[in-house]
Amino acid sequence: MKKYTYTDKKDTRSGFGAGLHEVGQKNSDVVALCADLVGSLKMDAFIKDFPERFFQIGIAEANMMGIAAGLTIGGKIPYTGTFANFSTGRVYDQIRQSIAYSGKNVKICASHAGLTLGEDGATHQILEDIGLMKMLPGMTVINPCDYNQTKAATIAIAEHDGPVYLRFGRPVVPIFTDPNQKFEIGKAWMVNEGSDVTIIATGHLVWEAIQAGEQLATLGIDAEIINIHTIKPLDEEAILKSVAKTGCVVTAEEHNRLGGLGDSVAQVLVKNNPAPQEYVAVNDSFGESGTPAQLMEKYGLNAASIVSAAQKVIKRK
Amino acid sequence: MSADIAKLENIAKQVRRDIVRMVHGCQSGHPGGSLGCADFFVALYFHQMEHNPKFNLDGIGEDIFFLSNGHISPVFYSTLARAGYFDKSELATFRKIDSRLQGHPTTHEHLPGIRVASGSLGQGLSVAIGASRAKKLNNDDKLVYVLMGDGELQEGQVWEAAMYAPHNKVDNLIATIDLNGQQIDGPTERVLSLGNLKAKWEAFGWDVLEAKGNDMAQLTETLAEAKSRTGKGKPVMILMHTEMGYGVDFMMGSHKWHGVAPNDEQLAAALVQLEETLGDY
Repeated sequence: MKKYTYTDKKDTRSGFGAGLHEVGQKNSDVVALCADLVGSLKMDAFIKDFPERFFQIGIAEANMMGIAAGLTIGGKIPYTGTFANFSTGRVYDQIRQSIAYSGKNVKICASHAGLTLGEDGATHQILEDIGLMKMLPGMTVINPCDYNQTKAATIAIAEHDGPVYLRFGRPVVPIFTDPNQKFEIGKAWMVNEGSDVTIIATGHLVWEAIQAGEQLATLGIDAEIINIHTIKPLDEEAILKSVAKTGCVVTAEEHNRLGGLGDSVAQVLVKNNPAPQEYVAVNDSFGESGTPAQLMEKYGLNAASIVSAAQKVIKRK
Repeated sequence: MSADIAKLENIAKQVRRDIVRMVHGCQSGHPGGSLGCADFFVALYFHQMEHNPKFNLDGIGEDIFFLSNGHISPVFYSTLARAGYFDKSELATFRKIDSRLQGHPTTHEHLPGIRVASGSLGQGLSVAIGASRAKKLNNDDKLVYVLMGDGELQEGQVWEAAMYAPHNKVDNLIATIDLNGQQIDGPTERVLSLGNLKAKWEAFGWDVLEAKGNDMAQLTETLAEAKSRTGKGKPVMILMHTEMGYGVDFMMGSHKWHGVAPNDEQLAAALVQLEETLGDY
């Protein structure tokens, strides 16, 4: 098992804030919008340096999505910022018609996704957003795993012409990816090569997958770990190549098991190379209040859950 | 009547013929609101706006228009064709398979003149505000126009946008509401009353004008007045009183022709009332 260490921990939303500021410096067409959550989205640096390119919308997310769509007409590249719940479910029809169907170059940037929002509870812990967004034709869906990857993704999506959903979170998590990484949309990252089981993880579950890989190694199980940061378009080639070698797969995500990364992987396998698969995901339920760590344990989204799922799926080979 | 007004009225007659024929041709679509807004579209595209039929989606350096109540697509398509955005023969494909003239307008088929999809109501004003802000960022002094239906004002997003534009001094925007008083289920007063719209929009901080939407002379004057009020710190609103189905006697005065196509006999009865002024498609 390849060794991954970290010296610092940060929230992925801060990676977004840093990336937004940097891409704002590089590209004068980048503009930002926020629905009364500037601090939570870490947009302060962008606003300080580019006040004329920032639009405070107020608590009116539907209007924000429409204004973002309109800003593209004239060549702007709008980044909208609010919580994942208010970035997707609340404004699904606005995104569907004014952005996705209209082919608008809007970057929908969504913080506080999933259970790790914590104490605010289920009203804010959206676990359906990946599914909602990946079903929209032409939408790119990205869920990076740490501060560095989120920052790199935030910068990279400005170069992609088309709507993007960028999902990140609130908790402080280890920074273990390369600060100078080149973020390539739709390209899987091979975290660790192995031969017994493929673990495919996205977002906060990638670090958990690494911890699981280390525990599995002590049990004599050689896990291949792949980071899928881009859920759509999916790197089918990387998935198929790995499963052809290992013969089974565990998918891990901070999302409902219905409609997330796991279902996307299952579809690829069913069509090309059916193989046993176990889901580490929320089992079709809402979340609740608690600390992020308590919630991830209760809902089975940590390294221990990945270890159990790997052991189970290997027996099904 | 000036020669200009007569010329615009002639074009509006042909647009009304196109509307009725298009809706008849596919036996679906929305003739009522389209007929009511024919004068507005003609005044906008043949008199008011500085626009380029050699279409560029970004619309930099020209006035641009958004249709929020996308179901009145027949009047939009006919006007665009008659203004030279695409050949009028394409009007015959309206709502048919493989057409660029979808039931509701879309950018998806790359039809010149369309800058955003609309149909699901309440979204156009927000998009127009975004485009207005882009124009300001680009130091582009041309204007943004948007048309909404009156029933559409029952959507909450409209009022989010209504609040945003005055607060942010979006004063390069002229919005118009088609006040025909009808919606699918009946008169707006019965379905969900809109109340005093002039007072409402003024209370939100808009500069509000009123016009008779089926009087070409008054409409062109009001549009000119609206333009003169831009750049003064407030968004401009025109409350445009129209008659649904205007120009075809049996389609007027009721919500019944909101989304119903005429049969062969009704088409003939309508076309007798609408002179062919520019040549049918």
